[in-house]
Amino acid sequence: MGHSSDFDPAEAARLALEHSHQEGALLPILHALQGRFGWIAPEAVAWVAERLNLSRAEVHGVVSFYHDFRDHPAGRQVIKVCQAEACQARGARHVTAQLEERLGVKLGQTAPDRSLTLEPVYCLGLCGNGPAALVDGRPYADLSGRGLARCLKGVGR
Amino acid sequence: MTSDDIIKVVIDSKLRGRGGAGFPAGRKWSFVPKDSPKPRYVCVNADESEPGTFKDRYIMERDPHQLIEGTAIACKSINAHAAYIYVRGELGLAAVRVQQALDECYAAGILGKNVMGSGYALDIYLHRGAGAYICGEETALLESLEGKKGQPRLKPPFPAVEGLFACPTVINNVETLAAVGPIIQNGAAWWTGLSRTEAEGGTKLIGVSGHVARPGVYELPGGLTLREIIFEVAGGMRNPDRKLKAVVPGGTSCPILLPHELDTAYDFDAIKKVGSMMGTGCPAVIEEGTCIVRLLKRIERFYAHESCGQCTPCREGGDWLFKIISRIEAGQGSMADIDKIESVASKIEGHTICAFGEALSWPARSYLKKFREEFVEHVKQKRCPYGPIPVAPVALSGVVA
Repeated sequence: MGHSSDFDPAEAARLALEHSHQEGALLPILHALQGRFGWIAPEAVAWVAERLNLSRAEVHGVVSFYHDFRDHPAGRQVIKVCQAEACQARGARHVTAQLEERLGVKLGQTAPDRSLTLEPVYCLGLCGNGPAALVDGRPYADLSGRGLARCLKGVGR
Repeated sequence: MTSDDIIKVVIDSKLRGRGGAGFPAGRKWSFVPKDSPKPRYVCVNADESEPGTFKDRYIMERDPHQLIEGTAIACKSINAHAAYIYVRGELGLAAVRVQQALDECYAAGILGKNVMGSGYALDIYLHRGAGAYICGEETALLESLEGKKGQPRLKPPFPAVEGLFACPTVINNVETLAAVGPIIQNGAAWWTGLSRTEAEGGTKLIGVSGHVARPGVYELPGGLTLREIIFEVAGGMRNPDRKLKAVVPGGTSCPILLPHELDTAYDFDAIKKVGSMMGTGCPAVIEEGTCIVRLLKRIERFYAHESCGQCTPCREGGDWLFKIISRIEAGQGSMADIDKIESVASKIEGHTICAFGEALSWPARSYLKKFREEFVEHVKQKRCPYGPIPVAPVALSGVVA
């Protein structure tokens, strides 16, 4: 996940160029913008709408429909910890409490210094070796065992 | 091999769709109109995201080339020159590895303008989802590929006639396509011979999770029973002192099974006889001491959150179910609330554009039918009989769900 920064049309144009030939380019462009800027700012919505000849409402509709697109900046690192059934069966609740304590931030919140965001996610497809989490998209498993230390190392703690 | 030859072998192999519906793959391909002047597409549904389902990720991360090979064969069978692999947003590592494999194929001349010198052009594109469970529904996936909100389409027209960009489209699950290469290479008889059941051919990836000793993904012959899978393959219960209480057979949308219902073959047809589904082939095992009401609350929270909002019964009903079940779980429910679950759930099922309505009402109805006494106990005792939600390490705790 990117570092949140201000929207830059020139940079956005460079990122969007790669997808300009594509049919259905909206999602790939939004992914690219979020990857670079960390969120989809209102200026970005207007810029994409103009470029793809869509209304701002259409672009906003897509941004708000998909959980991965953010309409406000997240922390510089994003940690998603699985709360689904299989991970619950292997101690996800305890792991979540430990992460909250070690990272100093509650589930669903961003640290005041914007260093990180801790979020729930429902199933990462790591049901066989849960509890599991993603740190900036990188999977960590076995968090009730050795995985927790690795995961915290991945966060830089 | 001609397109018809490929389709015949796949039909004869009895390969069925591994995304959950179990539709025969070869027959699906045969529905694409041969005389359509439009381009055709193959879409790979790699949006595996129902909680408890974790087999496609394994294929994409460990052997993406097998998926690409099957996708290319499917394209050839319907004369498609472009395919899209729609990978779920959360499966980042899988997406990286599939893209790497695609790049290798282009570099080796296996994909591109002239596939292995045959003169056949084929492009395969990777497309990332963005965290919406509903995009695993095939027509929602098409909408999402077109750059729109992932809201399912009314069928008919079916995608084979009018799919991606209103062109004939075949949509298959990752595991289904990964099986195609070996079937073409070794023949239909070889594949059917790998299965213990008549209903379908081959082996199946089974992802066992929950309270078992050895959770994981296993490749097993088709038609084993759930009892064999849980107690012989996955090593039985994690805590031998706790008996098996129930099994969610194939993703959280599938009706729950009781211990005495585990002896039918775990295939698409047989499991229907006990009123459930094989779904994605990923059973979650639940031990004694687990609160079923709490489990259902968690499941309904997920579905209420993931409804695309298009159909009122699902958008509103999912939230109602979650609220009613939460109330009961917190010890604040009434006996009327219990009946309300059935009343609301029965009005969602069958009244929505896609099967999401079923996915959220089936667990509610089946858990209530099979564990009604637990709901009643919550109301009578005005609390969860299993005690408050523990946060202690799992090895010390009794209650999970």
